[in-house]
Amino acid sequence: MSTEHHHADSGAHTHDEPTSFAFDAESEAKIAAIIKRYPEGKQASAVIPALYVAQKQMGRLTGSAWVPRVAMDVIAERLGMAPIRVYEVATFYFMFNTKPIGHFHLQVCGTTPCWLRGSDEVLRACKDAGGLKGYGDTSADGNFTLTEMECMGACVNAPMVAVDDDYYEDLDYESTVKLIEALKRGERPTPGSVIGRQTSAPVGGPMVLTGTESE
Amino acid sequence: MALSDKDRIFQNLYGLHPWNLDAARKRGNWDGTAAILARGRDSIIDEMKSSGLRGRGGAGFPTGMKWSFMPKQSDGRPSYLVVNADESEPGTCKDRDIIRHDPHTLIEGCLIAGFAMGAVAGYIYIRGEYYNESVVLEAAIAEAYEAGLLGKNACGSGYDYDLYVHRGAGAYICGEETALIESLEGKKGMPRLKPPFPAAVGLYGCPTTVNNVETIAVVPEIMRRGGAWFASFGRERNQGTKIFCIQGHVNKPCNVEAEMGIPMRELIERYAGGVRGGWDNLLCVIPGGSSTPLLPKSVCDDVLMDFDALREHKSGLGTAGVIVMDKSTDIIKAIARLSAFYKHESCGQCTPCREGMGWVKRMMDRMVTGDAEIEEIDVLENVTRRIEGHTICALADGGVWPVQGLIRHYRPLMEERIAAYKARNTRLAAE
Amino acid sequence: MAKVTVDGIEVEVPNGASVLQACEAAGKEVPRFCYHERLSVAGNCRMCLVEVEKAPKPVASCAYPVNDGMKVFTDTPVVRNARRGVMEFLLINHPLDCPICDQGGECDLQDQAYAFGSDASRYGEPKRAVKDKDIGPLIKTVMTRCIQCTRCVRFSAEIAGTPELGGTNRGENMEIGTYVEKALTSELSGNLIDICPVGALTSRPYAFVSRPWELKKTDSIDVLDAVGANIRVDARGPEVLRIIPRINEAVNEEWMADRGRFSFDGLKRRRLDRPWVKKDGKLAPATWPEAFAAIATKLSALPGDRIGAIAGALADAESVLALKDLMAAYGSANLDCREDGATIDASRPDFYRFNSTIAGIDEADALLIIGSDVRREAPVLNARIRKRWSAGKFPVAYVGPRGLDLTYPAQHLGVGPDAMQGFAETLKAAQKPMIILGRGALQRADGAAVLAAAWQLAAETGALTPDWHGFNLLHLFGGQVGALELGFVPGQGGKDVATMLAGGVDALWLLNADGFDPARIAAGTFVIYQGHHGDAMAGRADVILPGAAYTEKDATWVNTEGRAQRGRLAIFPPGEAKEDWRIIRAYSEGVGKTLSYDDMHAIRARLAATSPVFARVGEVARVGCTDPAGPAANGAVTGAAFVLPLPVYHQADVISRASDVMAQCAATYGPAPALAAE
Repeated sequence: MSTEHHHADSGAHTHDEPTSFAFDAESEAKIAAIIKRYPEGKQASAVIPALYVAQKQMGRLTGSAWVPRVAMDVIAERLGMAPIRVYEVATFYFMFNTKPIGHFHLQVCGTTPCWLRGSDEVLRACKDAGGLKGYGDTSADGNFTLTEMECMGACVNAPMVAVDDDYYEDLDYESTVKLIEALKRGERPTPGSVIGRQTSAPVGGPMVLTGTESE
Repeated sequence: MALSDKDRIFQNLYGLHPWNLDAARKRGNWDGTAAILARGRDSIIDEMKSSGLRGRGGAGFPTGMKWSFMPKQSDGRPSYLVVNADESEPGTCKDRDIIRHDPHTLIEGCLIAGFAMGAVAGYIYIRGEYYNESVVLEAAIAEAYEAGLLGKNACGSGYDYDLYVHRGAGAYICGEETALIESLEGKKGMPRLKPPFPAAVGLYGCPTTVNNVETIAVVPEIMRRGGAWFASFGRERNQGTKIFCIQGHVNKPCNVEAEMGIPMRELIERYAGGVRGGWDNLLCVIPGGSSTPLLPKSVCDDVLMDFDALREHKSGLGTAGVIVMDKSTDIIKAIARLSAFYKHESCGQCTPCREGMGWVKRMMDRMVTGDAEIEEIDVLENVTRRIEGHTICALADGGVWPVQGLIRHYRPLMEERIAAYKARNTRLAAE
Repeated sequence: MAKVTVDGIEVEVPNGASVLQACEAAGKEVPRFCYHERLSVAGNCRMCLVEVEKAPKPVASCAYPVNDGMKVFTDTPVVRNARRGVMEFLLINHPLDCPICDQGGECDLQDQAYAFGSDASRYGEPKRAVKDKDIGPLIKTVMTRCIQCTRCVRFSAEIAGTPELGGTNRGENMEIGTYVEKALTSELSGNLIDICPVGALTSRPYAFVSRPWELKKTDSIDVLDAVGANIRVDARGPEVLRIIPRINEAVNEEWMADRGRFSFDGLKRRRLDRPWVKKDGKLAPATWPEAFAAIATKLSALPGDRIGAIAGALADAESVLALKDLMAAYGSANLDCREDGATIDASRPDFYRFNSTIAGIDEADALLIIGSDVRREAPVLNARIRKRWSAGKFPVAYVGPRGLDLTYPAQHLGVGPDAMQGFAETLKAAQKPMIILGRGALQRADGAAVLAAAWQLAAETGALTPDWHGFNLLHLFGGQVGALELGFVPGQGGKDVATMLAGGVDALWLLNADGFDPARIAAGTFVIYQGHHGDAMAGRADVILPGAAYTEKDATWVNTEGRAQRGRLAIFPPGEAKEDWRIIRAYSEGVGKTLSYDDMHAIRARLAATSPVFARVGEVARVGCTDPAGPAANGAVTGAAFVLPLPVYHQADVISRASDVMAQCAATYGPAPALAAE
């Protein structure tokens, strides 16, 4: 029996939590629209959307898109939920950052379909160009946080990285470096295939749906 | 004979044309929708039954029959349609194309399906990572409302129907229909015990049907062209067209809508430029997304791509995510990475999955390096058997099948790896 | 009913029953961890898998409904393999630290590992370690032992109504806890220890104290509130080491309140373990004969109407009866058990009992609470109300401080008695309306009027019918109702508490009377204090007679319903302290006023002859109301706001005030938040 232990993340708060949180006008407008989607008395359905709103607001106002605990409390109050139910949701779903993150969130898909086509190279490029030690790291300049993602659903355009909400596809080492360098310069390259493919069509252009088939 | 373009339902699969309502109408969407609804619930369900359509989300349950489980008369509770757009099965990226390029086929399908099951509203639960796709979908829904196609008196049918988009937030398990419902209700995505089934007690305790995006999106075309048309493709019990996601070690990875039952080799060679280095360089294929056990080349040579043919080989059509691996692949590592995926995505509810997936993953990691005993292959196999069939949902089953497939087909390779590791370490120790 | 065959044994179970229930009906034990009769079904541990004919996979018997004609198999290779598998999975990340685990010897996991475990582990990977959580002074957590059954999460949310525990993160990283480190705010938190099937949640005060097989187990009754929870007192030698609840469906189901469970360390502190007599203005140790002589000298010099007796919150029925008989022998009618000044009308039992009964709450369909924080005054009874509320269609309103958190929604009608009419229409519309009047609501100048008004409201809203008695007084401690049943109230021409304290008597015998400020006793009054703790009142005594705490005597207690129950001696009283009724009996003999009984059998016969409640121990006769005439009002109600009687839940009685554990709780939780009186 090994004496080594693997530690579960205990939700230990080693970072500074803000002491208060309030939705700003832009967020309030979004939340009002969100709550309307669900039947009377079922406002708890809005918890995931509301957590997104809070995370986006933090990104907008602080440059780091994460959900502080006080924001979860505000959401619990707003939706009439026990705070623990919101904590459960925020920690269950992988897309909520319960700790501060870098300005850009580099999310490399590492699941088999991407791995088969070189996601290790994408990871290496992220580390090299982003100044990152590996998954879970945030660069010293606070620019990048690197996260390994499970299958992102862009498998025919593997490998890929998502920068915040945008997918960049058909990557290799060089194109990933290029992408990160562009981000550093404050540019935001057009999302999608970096080799100019028409979305999920084969390289070189679609072989069906070309409009050339005779009726 | 290959499927011809005129029989492709998803005319804008690649986004060569705009997704918007005008363009969609030119492609035939929203054509005579009111008349379809006017046929009545039973007629629509009958048409769906005659099409032979089986759910495109992986389990392959007959769609018309599923709809028929919904109550014909409300007991006071509303009914809901929930569309599963939580596309997260590794190897699957078809619904994404429907949503971003052909959203109106989906929206129209939601209206018809919702009507057929007497739903007051539909929720499309889209995986959180598909943010840009959700933006398109919301815009398309707004267009449909604007044009009177949704909402009060939808399409002038006299039927009121609302449709909403709800984003998930990164949890594969939410693709399981009852976990999805839990998530939609604002909870952790933990699958529910069944019975009761969603058709009796689903969203907010109300009758609910959960259907995959592709399943719903093919509905309008089936209604317009007839169930018999759809059923004319493929084999008995395996009818229709299907979007395949062909990826991995092929020359031209792509999505393509093809006929059900197309031979795997034809699918790969005709549409995806063939296996890298030629067919003989093929090692194996995971035919239907990560949960379906891999098939070695010998099976791939002539297997057909449909539910029953793949099941005969102890695999499945799943979501039709075709993951091709050539002979350069470290197949143990490829499967070990899937084990890591299932460990990461286990919701943690059931003991065998919560505890077992980590165990399997850690053993698989050692199988990759060979740091194991030969007998541990049997332990690994036995552990997967103790997980399989013992949990609330099928995540655990799907999580262990790839490992079982690996052991079934590549046990000698695993043994070689272990022997090589031992030899290396013995030599090192001797030096 | 559905016919189900379990391993060839045919049983009939109700439709909608679970397979597990069918198995139990057939006498087949099914192992389980997450399943608990009183909690919602989670179905997550997978230990209870059985085979059902035609089902493709083994099913979780706790969650699977029976069908007529179903065939179930609980002992097949498939089932055995499934259970062994689950057991193996549970153990791979379990620390196997049984030798240092307080659950050892009474651990479900340990027990079932004997049945389904293997003698060797196949698991060679690193084990999971989970950080322990600080959830307050009462519960120790060793979270690495947690098997994620979620019983505690469900208990907190469903039974206690304080949803503070949850499972955060997911998969193998799922952790049970509060996420934000905080002490649980439930008064029922100790029950988490009982429902946790492993050693993840254990008793902090009991940590590393004992093993279950070393304990002498004595069935008894919790007297620290008036619910009368059935308990088991576990002792070793002279020390109570823990107290846990026993099942009594009619009273406490299987729960108990934290103060009753955790304050027993107060039994060892500040005890009166020998008689004391005041000499030259200072209390000095004395012998029993000296103490008795001092009392006898004083009392013999006084006429009966200058002698009085007050029975307090924790006085047992035997002692109260003995004291009453002694007072009668002295010719005194100056008796009162309403030391808190509550204007209780003892002329009819249904004026002071919880007439609907605790189990009757299950049938009620509307509830008005007047001047009571039921949650803190009777946590287990409050859980019963919450259970009723959870079942649906149960409107609740309250009159009292705004913002009371009863753990279920309740409409706030107002702060004073004038607001109680605000719920009348709802009560009238109900079939079985209930009114709960807090004893604290009677501790005020217009208390009698409040009592009369609450009764009147019950009469007017249809709560008083021959089939249903919806008027309920909620008492606060285990000794209060017994004394009322025995008529320990001023007799003909007798003086009440206030008069006695104000100089109405020259000698005052206080039996466990700690419920008022000793400074109220007029100077010059000779005070005999009989009790077990050197609390404030003992300091005012001229003679101290050391008595036994409830764990140290065989005694009868009557709960708020009027249910007599027997407590039993678990340990002996310390030092020279004695069982209380025997003290009085011994004294009576010494002064030639010998009481007519000299053994337990005889005094209990006299108890039964005095009030029928003592003749049917353990039971309560649920009555309707055939005489709607109410108690006397003696004036009108004022609009004055109700004040809750227990400002600090954890230190409401002499035992808990002596308890370090309760002191820690009081420090952790602070006094109940001062609620706005509008």
